[in-house]
Amino acid sequence: MSEVIVITSGKGGVGKTTSTANLGVGLAVQGKKVVLIDTDIGLRNLDVVLGLENRIVYDLVDVVEGNCRTKQALIKDKRFDGLYLLPAAQTKDKMAVNPEQMKKLCAELKKEFDYVIIDCPAGIEQGFKNAIAGADRAIVVTTPEISAVRDADRIIGLLEANDISDPKLIINRIRMDMVKRGDMMNVEDILDILAIGLIGIVPDDEEIIITTNRGEPTVNDPKSKAGQAYRNIVKRILGEQIPIMDLDKPTGIKGFIINLFNKKS
Amino acid sequence: MFDWSEIKKWFSKETSSKDVARDRLKLVLVHDRTCLSSELIEELKNEILIVISKYIEINQEEFDIHLSKNQEGDGNSMVHALVANIPIKSMKRIVHK
Repeated sequence: MSEVIVITSGKGGVGKTTSTANLGVGLAVQGKKVVLIDTDIGLRNLDVVLGLENRIVYDLVDVVEGNCRTKQALIKDKRFDGLYLLPAAQTKDKMAVNPEQMKKLCAELKKEFDYVIIDCPAGIEQGFKNAIAGADRAIVVTTPEISAVRDADRIIGLLEANDISDPKLIINRIRMDMVKRGDMMNVEDILDILAIGLIGIVPDDEEIIITTNRGEPTVNDPKSKAGQAYRNIVKRILGEQIPIMDLDKPTGIKGFIINLFNKKS
Repeated sequence: MFDWSEIKKWFSKETSSKDVARDRLKLVLVHDRTCLSSELIEELKNEILIVISKYIEINQEEFDIHLSKNQEGDGNSMVHALVANIPIKSMKRIVHK
């Protein structure tokens, strides 16, 4: 059964686009047919995060305006079988598309793909309304910051008001060193406040910046903790029961030695 | 493992910054979720004042109304409450006709 999942957050810069890219690649690697839609018209970025920026011919606005067939606008990612991108227009604004058109487009794409994943723009205006119009479920991304959690709360309220019930939460960019010092809200604090189900936590990881610099997803990097976190979320989307990552466990050579001693004591 | 931050915490009376963040966030969300802005609370306060003044003479200067957190009966969970503090000057004699 096909699903349309919107990735949203309210606040900008918390990792919606990075999450969309990594979950999309992760699902494709698992053998699913996936299309990613960038709905951030005027500020498109999913193309560069995926490394597909040089291959854009048509975009979302061309599709809804009928300037091309939907298939013509889809960019096939040659690295990952089954992964496609529908990029946003860069020269128009959010009003170039309306929620009705998005609903129609999502219904059309659902026939062809296992997963339609929508990268939502920041904010709660037209762009948000477009992004959620055709969605069956929602994943809300937040970081352990007061502003991001507040905006996530607002988004959860708006999703429920639009009959997208039971959204799931990704807590992104957790720094365990700060959590331990008591200088960063922990997972329990945030879940207690937002009162929604958790689909994954992603540690703050330099690898994300490095791989994004290269236009590669992190989800395939076996050494990256964030990559592992995204692989876990992909499996949870597919319905597997995977325990939430223990970020406290030290890794690397130092971690190996510490874990060795901890085991004996 | 030897953890300096733990030891530092024992000696400082400061609340950890994440607790401050959590408490501020909880309060701001009460306002966000109920859509009660400070202007609306002010309006509410004025209307309550008019109603109560019909029956009781109150000290309008010290009349205060605000949203806050209270410990619930079991002592474990917190509930949000609209708290009004209304100092009474004198009760009016109400003559029922």
